[in-house]
Amino acid sequence: MEVTVTVNGVEYRRETEPRRLLVDFIRTDLGLTGTHIGCDTTSCGACTVLLDGVPVKSCTMFAVQANGHELTTVEGLRRDGELSPVQAAFKEHHGLQCGFCTPGMMLVATALLGANPDPTEDEVRWALSGNICRCTGYANIVKAIQSAAATMHEGVRA
Amino acid sequence: MYPPAFDYAVPRSLDEALDLLAEVGDEGRVLAGGQSLIPMMKLRLAAPAHLVDINEISELSYIREVNGHLAIGALTRHADVVRSEIVGAGCSTMASAAPWVADPLVRNRGTVCGSVAHCDPEGDWNSVMLALGAEVVARSRTGERVIPISDFVVDFFTNALEPGEMVTELRVPRDDERSGGCYLKLERKIGDYATVGVAAHLRLDERGRIGRAGLALTSVAPVNLEVEEAERMMAGQEPSEELFAEAAEIAARTCQPQSDVRGPAEYKRAVVRAYTRRALHQALATARGER
Repeated sequence: MEVTVTVNGVEYRRETEPRRLLVDFIRTDLGLTGTHIGCDTTSCGACTVLLDGVPVKSCTMFAVQANGHELTTVEGLRRDGELSPVQAAFKEHHGLQCGFCTPGMMLVATALLGANPDPTEDEVRWALSGNICRCTGYANIVKAIQSAAATMHEGVRA
Repeated sequence: MYPPAFDYAVPRSLDEALDLLAEVGDEGRVLAGGQSLIPMMKLRLAAPAHLVDINEISELSYIREVNGHLAIGALTRHADVVRSEIVGAGCSTMASAAPWVADPLVRNRGTVCGSVAHCDPEGDWNSVMLALGAEVVARSRTGERVIPISDFVVDFFTNALEPGEMVTELRVPRDDERSGGCYLKLERKIGDYATVGVAAHLRLDERGRIGRAGLALTSVAPVNLEVEEAERMMAGQEPSEELFAEAAEIAARTCQPQSDVRGPAEYKRAVVRAYTRRALHQALATARGER
């Protein structure tokens, strides 16, 4: 089947088998390897992408289902060559250790801050509860997301 | 992990979906949220030859209030229920269960009707639907059936759908001023299946006695288990600590938990007893308007 999908603002058209998983389509067919495969069983969230702005697990969708839709992967977070506020805050607050879960964490954080610009710690932890950090580095991930929220507020005020 | 190859169709209307399902018969499966079906296909526990993807039929995504019940469309996702003001105001039992289904990412994709149709005894929604006495609307090219949830849940991963039929809607009784309920779930971590889940719903009569009691359990039997003996025992009675303790004993005696990674059977039985009492008290408080 032919699939046309917009990823990070760029339109791609590819021929694919219906059983092709979205995560493999993104990584192998489009060469965007920032999206990771962790558990491959809908548990860990390493493969999180935004589908029309909503975080979903790309190991649990077929690529054909993304036909006609917009995806954002971690490669799409940078703006004008600069790290996004979420990316910058993860760097600043050491919101990653091994880095494997980080793309998923940052995409969930980006969607969260889009919907709720000033989340409490509880709200951040709740939003992240479908994403597992095997290094157990949650404290700094939460700190980074709250810091990104503050930075984005300053940006709005400035 | 990859499923075996399958044919894929993505209809743009319900009629088109029903035509496709009629063509493929019992070789076909509806793909809604896919959060259970796709993992099962990847593990090759399910291998449908044809998938009919209903995700582009936006007319199937709705939560409406109609004649004293809430109508939940086939494409309504768990996250839609979490956010829904109609559910928040009209169905305390669903509102308390929705945030505990799976995890936030799965809730963005998985559907309530899909979960109901899946009939996994570790799924949360069928306990809620059994306690509420919900109805399932099934459509095929030749007509529509309205199936009580207790008839719809046939067995372990087995529903009452015929080949060519799909669930199009759930009809859930709306709370009135004298009814309420809740869902209590014990889970090891967010996203895990319930170790034990208990759905309780009470409707009081005008004198404050129990008119109708609904009680159903998750993860402690080969199906979501409606505890009919306890429901019958409570009907017509004055609510009390003793009554709820007796219902909890019946639930603990009736359930059939298995020892597994989530704990020994006797532990689960003890949780059923404690959670049933708590859930009934919470349902009573809601029915009385105290919370």
